[in-house]
Amino acid sequence: MATTTDEVVLEVKDLQTYFYTQEGEVKAVDRLSYHVKRGESVGLVGESACGKSVSALSVLRLIPYPPGIIVGGQIIFRGQDLLQLSEEEMRGIRGNRIAMIFQEPTTSLNPVLTIRRQISESLELHRGLDKEQSHQETVRLLRLVGISDAERRAEAYPFQFSGGMQQRIMIAMALSCDPELLIADEPTTSLDVTVQAQLLEIMAELRERLGTAVILITHNLGVVARYVDRVNVMYAGRLVETAPTDELYGNPKHPYTIGLLASVPRLDSERKESLRIIKGLPPNLSRLPGGCSFHPRCEYTFDRCREEVPQLEEVAPGHFRSCFYDADKLRK
Amino acid sequence: MSNGEHLIDVENLYMHFPVTAGVLQKKIADIKAVDGISFYIKRGETLGLVGESGCGKTTTGRCILQLYDGIRGDIFFDGVNLSQLKPEQMRRMRRNMQLIFQDPFASLDPRMSAGDIIGEPIKVHNLAKGQEYRDQVAELFRMVELEPFMMDRFPHEFSGGQRQRIGIARALSVRPSFIVCDEPVSALDVSIQAQIITLLERLREELSLTYLFIAHDLSVVRNISDRVAVMYLGKIVEITDSDELYANPLHPYTIALLSAVPIPDPVVDRTRERIILTGDVPSPIMPPPGCNFHPRCQQAIDICKTELPELRNMGGEHWVACHLVK
Repeated sequence: MATTTDEVVLEVKDLQTYFYTQEGEVKAVDRLSYHVKRGESVGLVGESACGKSVSALSVLRLIPYPPGIIVGGQIIFRGQDLLQLSEEEMRGIRGNRIAMIFQEPTTSLNPVLTIRRQISESLELHRGLDKEQSHQETVRLLRLVGISDAERRAEAYPFQFSGGMQQRIMIAMALSCDPELLIADEPTTSLDVTVQAQLLEIMAELRERLGTAVILITHNLGVVARYVDRVNVMYAGRLVETAPTDELYGNPKHPYTIGLLASVPRLDSERKESLRIIKGLPPNLSRLPGGCSFHPRCEYTFDRCREEVPQLEEVAPGHFRSCFYDADKLRK
Repeated sequence: MSNGEHLIDVENLYMHFPVTAGVLQKKIADIKAVDGISFYIKRGETLGLVGESGCGKTTTGRCILQLYDGIRGDIFFDGVNLSQLKPEQMRRMRRNMQLIFQDPFASLDPRMSAGDIIGEPIKVHNLAKGQEYRDQVAELFRMVELEPFMMDRFPHEFSGGQRQRIGIARALSVRPSFIVCDEPVSALDVSIQAQIITLLERLREELSLTYLFIAHDLSVVRNISDRVAVMYLGKIVEITDSDELYANPLHPYTIALLSAVPIPDPVVDRTRERIILTGDVPSPIMPPPGCNFHPRCQQAIDICKTELPELRNMGGEHWVACHLVK
């Protein structure tokens, strides 16, 4: 694991991102708070529509308006509230001090420009390099992410690369300005496992070397276990549990986290060991149940869960959860 | 050849797709999607088929169902050689073998109600009419844990997991004995994935089904399968009991594949050796000579570059195709 310091790079406080649709108000992210330190890798996990991607897009202020709008909270990056900046100032931060990698490299790369053009754009824009310098730098970055014959392949177009190679290019592009924070949104979900391993190793190595803080968004609990220092578990737009990785996996204290861990088939479990199932479906965000959003699917629900929204409380050092049920009585 | 214990026997299966070019669509090369594989599936068992994209696992499944022209090799279903059947005989045979697709969003006709989707095969194969038909469709809904009152709804009104249930019910409607499950859970969320896996296992028990379970996720495959076959570039490189595959993998590709899958437990995961493969899977148009895997194999020796390794039984039905395994 990389050396983390106490220097906080990003602090998200009470973030509320809502969408206004025909079905009504959708609280995609509701009072979310977390922070990322320098050199630290933080995982945001949860199922589809739990708000993990929206919360990341909110950090970069890339929520399409309408229908989406950040209605409250603060996003403090290096002591500065990003929500107070002008669009102009924000452009100086995006892709420069905070970079993002998306799930689909194919749709994130411009098909009609060479790789060199696409990477050098941000080098010239943010770092003020001239043509020759940016060319050299592009080649260096491509080598850094393990693309051989970089000199020649820089002149190629995206379609000439495989999905894994395209995602390497996205990483090279994201790193081009030595960002202080890298947000990776399901960066390896559409890739094969051996390629996924290659890319995540590259990212881990770069984090170690450059001290970049990383937010890794994924639904893959295995990837989180291997590559993340702290895990934030989200459900229906809210943070339900957060803890250092070993603590969260060894000692989960929210019924949803416990259910999620028990429902993933593991490579090392006995064959035919039956999976434990979380019953029901994730809720429709425009018609959230009252009280704790997880109560209709929870096996421990009692009256209070239906009436009151649980707040995060510390159950062990650095380990927070939002649940009313007695933490010691949960079945693991 | 056929064996009473085996429901499916695949022998020397090849499926090459032509690559054409120019106005005359002249054939310039072959994509060797499946390149000489043999295996069997026993009655009532689940055979897992894993491998990365483009390794030929989906093509293999579809070959068994005879969904292509130009299949070479023999496929026996319950002792009957499918390649020798007349089209009409094959049509009747199809009732015994069904397919569940990966993408529950793309595989259902958006303009048909759920009831019609599930009941269509019953009508096509003339298995029931009138009240009997309606009863059967309702029974299928219950079998996959959907409520029969949802019969008149359309696909867009269902969630991903529910749509996959509709796909399963449709496959079950003609009471098949064999189902090819092609990545049935990979598009679903973790909690829904577990629901569908559990459903598939229950149905296999209750209806005495035999599955070919195709997926790229080794953890899922290991959980559901009795035996697992690992494919790489059109060939089977290893096939064995699913516990044995995890405890004692022999092929370097299998070992690398297993090590690339993180275990959702950081304490356990940290103790595992990590092998990071370099490079990408080569093109199936021009696979490397000798062992397909040699350009990415860290242990490759001279013979690997020239000679194709045969699939050999290392004892206890553990088959592996590698020159280095003694």
